[in-house]
Amino acid sequence: MSFPWAKHYQPTHPAMVWLDERLPLPRFVYNSVGAGFPVPRNLNYMWNFGVLAGFCLMVQIVTGVILAMHYAANTDVAFSSTEHIMRDVNWGWMLRYGHANGASAFFVVVYAHIFRGLYFGSYKAPREMIWLLGVVIFLLMMATAFMGYVLPWGQMSFWGAQVITGLFSAIPLLGDALHTWLLGGFAPDNAALNRFFSLHFLLPFVILGVVILHIWALHIPGSSNPTGVEVKSESDTVPFHPYYTAKDGFGLAVFLFFYCGLLFFFPNALGHPDNYITANPLQTPAHIVPEWYFWPFYAILRAFTSDLAIPFTHIVLVPAKLLGVLAMFSSILVWFALPWLDTSPVRSGHYRPTFRKAYWALVVDVVILGYCGGSPAEEPFVMISQLAAAYYFLHFFIILPLISLVETPQPLPFSITESVLGRDEHATLAPAE
Amino acid sequence: MTQTEVADGVEPGGQPGVRRRDFIEIAAVSAAGVGALAVLVPLISQMAPSADVLAEASTEVDISAIAVGQAIKAVFRKQPVFVRHLTPAEIAEADKVPLESLRDPQTLEQRTKPGKTQWLITMGVCTHLGCVPLGTGQGEPKGEFGGYFCPCHGSQYDTAARIRKGPAPKNLQVPDYVFSSPTVVKIG
Repeated sequence: MSFPWAKHYQPTHPAMVWLDERLPLPRFVYNSVGAGFPVPRNLNYMWNFGVLAGFCLMVQIVTGVILAMHYAANTDVAFSSTEHIMRDVNWGWMLRYGHANGASAFFVVVYAHIFRGLYFGSYKAPREMIWLLGVVIFLLMMATAFMGYVLPWGQMSFWGAQVITGLFSAIPLLGDALHTWLLGGFAPDNAALNRFFSLHFLLPFVILGVVILHIWALHIPGSSNPTGVEVKSESDTVPFHPYYTAKDGFGLAVFLFFYCGLLFFFPNALGHPDNYITANPLQTPAHIVPEWYFWPFYAILRAFTSDLAIPFTHIVLVPAKLLGVLAMFSSILVWFALPWLDTSPVRSGHYRPTFRKAYWALVVDVVILGYCGGSPAEEPFVMISQLAAAYYFLHFFIILPLISLVETPQPLPFSITESVLGRDEHATLAPAE
Repeated sequence: MTQTEVADGVEPGGQPGVRRRDFIEIAAVSAAGVGALAVLVPLISQMAPSADVLAEASTEVDISAIAVGQAIKAVFRKQPVFVRHLTPAEIAEADKVPLESLRDPQTLEQRTKPGKTQWLITMGVCTHLGCVPLGTGQGEPKGEFGGYFCPCHGSQYDTAARIRKGPAPKNLQVPDYVFSSPTVVKIG
């Protein structure tokens, strides 16, 4: 769907006319990300991150496919083939550093994209499906990133695989069998490394498929915007091209500045020295932590240190290990329920003073969780992550629904045009005025 | 055309409205569905441990060189096994713990072979998320209970390798093993 005032694709060159009649691909591009796609005129820079995320996905696919040409997924040679890429393959160091830091950059961008959606209520009707597909993309990204980190077969790779697949053994009854089945053995070994490589190659293309659905779903209601007021007339929109291709292009340049800075000057800043030691199944590194983008969730996993038991007895209802695993998965799965937990009809945080405070409290909470997740499993971090994990769930299940009930939002502008220009001809024409 | 419709519409002796085509459709979809499910069996089962992984030979460990109070790490199924020669003090400490205070109640006797209580043989895999606990090597921390300490998430095991504190749900697992001679243990 598009707005009735959207420009129509009119090929002039005979070759383009010929193509349009047989495979209207240029028309599709024109209507999706070209001049034929009207977009709210007031999008701010937080709306750059969708395009940036798409860019990151393409960087990962291109560098990843090339790395796969030089890498060998076998426990005997995986580590040395990674070093072979770093030392011997022409430009191999750049491609691998680009891929490893590309994953970090991808998560930075996606977190910005997610928190943009949280602040501006982008998950609300009629855009629930875009949000739900986005959560699916995020889960796929987590799985892909985890399996990619295992491939160099260093100490962190191995023990990361051991710990993360160990999560599945917490499931009652089926857990151990499932764990063995996932690994194809009793501990991470050749079978696990091979299947992780296969899936790490496959999943980015699955992500690409879901991204296409995500964008398709976006094109039905059109983009949200900082006011949260829906598009009412042509004066509320500008064509995607050239207005947002230019704005996204500028954002991309800024992004590349930081990405290249990381890649060329601090390529190991976000890595772990332990991963330059070959995997040793008999020696656990003293301090295992996942990559930074998993820290908040890892903190929630570790926050559960004692069993849920009937008080004053030894009857355990849910063991601590299972509690931690359930909480960690729930912390993301709760996002699927978000469109129905936040019932306020006002989308944008700009017009919701109480929600705004809770939003920033959540941001601080997630940063605290992240810090604790990257710290050793000792006090005071355990206690802080327990409090922060409790607040995290409190936000989604209690605070957010409650605010939606009691909050009085500030008055919304009549239209996007009015919010931008201070007046809107349609508004003055309205009889109520 | 007309003949087919008549034939499909009412079967001789059948109920009006139930067409022969209905039976064919249900039968065809059912057969295809069963076939599709059957194909899933090899697709899922190929992920399970292969024959060579399952056939990992059992491990023989010579324990003659392990002095009282020492411990070693052996390898079984590519995972560490802790073989520990307990001191009388450690045995006494393990025995005096009241069973009902344990998360996974087991006595030292149940976790060792009869008459060989001093040989504590367990997997060196933390039952929480699978790290290798510390406490075998000289100078490694043994935790508050003098057994093993897992640095990943802080699980603490006592001198019978029973879970005492931290997130792990179970005692360190005791593998199947036999004393093939007084100084050789066959694990697996």
